[in-house]
Amino acid sequence: MFEVTQATEVYSTIEIAKGDVAAGEQAADFVVERTFRVGLQEQLYIEPQGAIAYPYRETGNGKRETGVTVVGSLQCPYYVHRALKRALALTDEQAVVIQAETGGGFGGKEEYPSIVAIHAALLACKAGWPVRLIYDRHEDLAATTKRHPGVISHRTAVKKDGTLLSQDIYIVLDGGAYCTLTPVVLSRAAIHAAGAYSCPNVRIRARAVATNTPPNGAFRGFGAPQSLFAAELMVEHVAERLGMSSVDLRRKWMLRVGDTTATGQNLTESVSAELVLDAALRAVAPNRLTAQPPIRHGRGLSLVFHGSGFTGSGERKLSGTVAVAGLANGTFQILTASTEIGQGTKTIFCQLAADALGVGLDKVVLAPQDTSLVPDSGPTVASRTAMIVGRLIQEAATELRDRAKREPLPLRVEKTYVQPDSIHWDEATYRGDAYPVYAWACTIADVDVDMTTGEVRVTDVVTAVDCGKALHPVMAEGQIEGGSLQAVGWATIEEIKMKDGGYQNDRLATYLIPTALDAPRIRTILVENPYSRGPFGAKGIGELPMDGPAPAIIAAIHDATGVWLDEVPATPEKVLAACTSR
Amino acid sequence: MHFTLNGRAVSFEGAGSRRLLDVLREDLRQTGTKEGCGEGECGACSVLIDGEVVNSCLVAAGQVEGCDVTTVEGLATNGGLSPLQRAFIERGAAQCGICTPGMLLAAHVLLQRTRRPNAAAVREALAGNLCRCTGYTKIIEAVLSCAT
Ligand code: FES
Ligand code: FES
Repeated sequence: MFEVTQATEVYSTIEIAKGDVAAGEQAADFVVERTFRVGLQEQLYIEPQGAIAYPYRETGNGKRETGVTVVGSLQCPYYVHRALKRALALTDEQAVVIQAETGGGFGGKEEYPSIVAIHAALLACKAGWPVRLIYDRHEDLAATTKRHPGVISHRTAVKKDGTLLSQDIYIVLDGGAYCTLTPVVLSRAAIHAAGAYSCPNVRIRARAVATNTPPNGAFRGFGAPQSLFAAELMVEHVAERLGMSSVDLRRKWMLRVGDTTATGQNLTESVSAELVLDAALRAVAPNRLTAQPPIRHGRGLSLVFHGSGFTGSGERKLSGTVAVAGLANGTFQILTASTEIGQGTKTIFCQLAADALGVGLDKVVLAPQDTSLVPDSGPTVASRTAMIVGRLIQEAATELRDRAKREPLPLRVEKTYVQPDSIHWDEATYRGDAYPVYAWACTIADVDVDMTTGEVRVTDVVTAVDCGKALHPVMAEGQIEGGSLQAVGWATIEEIKMKDGGYQNDRLATYLIPTALDAPRIRTILVENPYSRGPFGAKGIGELPMDGPAPAIIAAIHDATGVWLDEVPATPEKVLAACTSR
Repeated sequence: MHFTLNGRAVSFEGAGSRRLLDVLREDLRQTGTKEGCGEGECGACSVLIDGEVVNSCLVAAGQVEGCDVTTVEGLATNGGLSPLQRAFIERGAAQCGICTPGMLLAAHVLLQRTRRPNAAAVREALAGNLCRCTGYTKIIEAVLSCAT
């Protein structure tokens, strides 16, 4: 069965339980039910997948030895390294993976480059020559993994005064025909499904199923945008049922220090739902000019959180390692496998190290992301690079500075992640500290809806974000702006039509992403509520901006037209159909 | 085949039907020009032919015989970056950087023709160049900061 809600092949399931949902519903004045759907999305990094494989590896003096070297456009050198070792029966030393300058990733170059690398390596070994394998855009669109579509149902029980009694949530994600990172995506989707709210009784059941489409996989946000889309619209529907403002309802429900999440995690620090809500509301002008028919204006808001770093025991299992080396000539080198994919890794790592070493930025360089040179600091995913790896670099550089006072250069200091004792996670029951900390965002979207064509134009997006500490404010804003536009695209124009399990619009001429003309004015407000274990208080924010805009846009369309859409993308056809059936 | 590339006379042997993009990257080793789609949609391959922004993935090399071709490598003068390039760096207008060469060329032409463009004119001029990283905000700011 290829309809996601009826598919019987299951990749993984998760159940999260807190309190007693039945008791919550029994005490309720209202129980509100609603089902939401989210669509496929292509990462659309502008540089397609590509790798060059050499049927040998080079050692220090240019000598060629048995092995395989792959240079590629990729996010996670050690993922590809593991894949090559397994596919070609190579040892750790024989497989060498080097990241080339990479023209965007967004999760699309987390897993898939292993396939490209193996194909290129097999050809290179057979031919005895280097092989370059670059996907053209059509092939990239047709073959690579997309954001998981899904169906998410909510039952929310409340008292007349808005008191939240229970949330009962059911998530189905469409994994496609083969299992990728789908179970991990499902995990993040489930953990974020209750939204940024405090509820005594929660049940979240999630399953990822097989269908007849190409497989779906990692994409910025990793399941959270899907489940937060439903959670945020649910707040709107409950508020409407209660005749209350949804902003007031959010204030009543939002997580605060001392509250517990759906997994029972007690939030002890850097909890910023209220801070970002206030900051976003302050930043927008209260009223908009009345529109000329057939255009109608509307405004919507969303409040989201996003766990920074790997889920649960992920960081402990990974135990990422970095090194900082002081060279004899007085310069310093940072050695990590964390890649620059446009998000600013190179800059902030050098900033953090230079600061800790007490030297100028020009004295610090980042070693190439080459598995024969750098330790495995883990993959460049999960909003973990600045917060987890950045902190390790800071610690290594600090120790190096102290040792350099007593010992002569060259020196090298390695640091490996150690999970703080205060973090507890039970994988079997899904109880405990799902993430070390969360980043928070409130997004306000303004739209123009053309009532004759159904076309939605997002004119303005304002997002207030708590990133703990902005290590580089311009780059932090850049992450928020770019992620926000990706979310605007997902919410409005990015649609993949399916036929017999294949994509119909698998060309850039037919799969559209926002251009400079489509893009709204995007404004970012950085709020800083530091996290005690982040470098200077920083938390991860790479994925967070993908979460908020879609529900805010759907709420804005409702504000403009009076109709609720339960899905994205809000294409003109769907908006028109909803308006006319009303 | 002969043409001018960034002010210097260049020539190459081979079929005139090859894509200008490939001749630039492979034969002439000017790899600043990028390929994002090969079908005229993304603008990563933008170059200037006699001052007009063109997608070099759609141009047969034979068509530029005798023309003046400018790639991103031609924007810097005497090894120094142009004010526009510096503005892109300072304002965070390049993230992964693959759209940047095309963006710079499209913006360069706009600023040559309109000394004080407004934000709407900048958006219009850059509409043929896709960026997936920045949300365009900082690119537009960088271009506006170079209005004279
Ligand atoms: S590569 Fe030429 S327009 Fe995309
Ligand atoms: S900076 Fe990456 S596509 Fe524009």
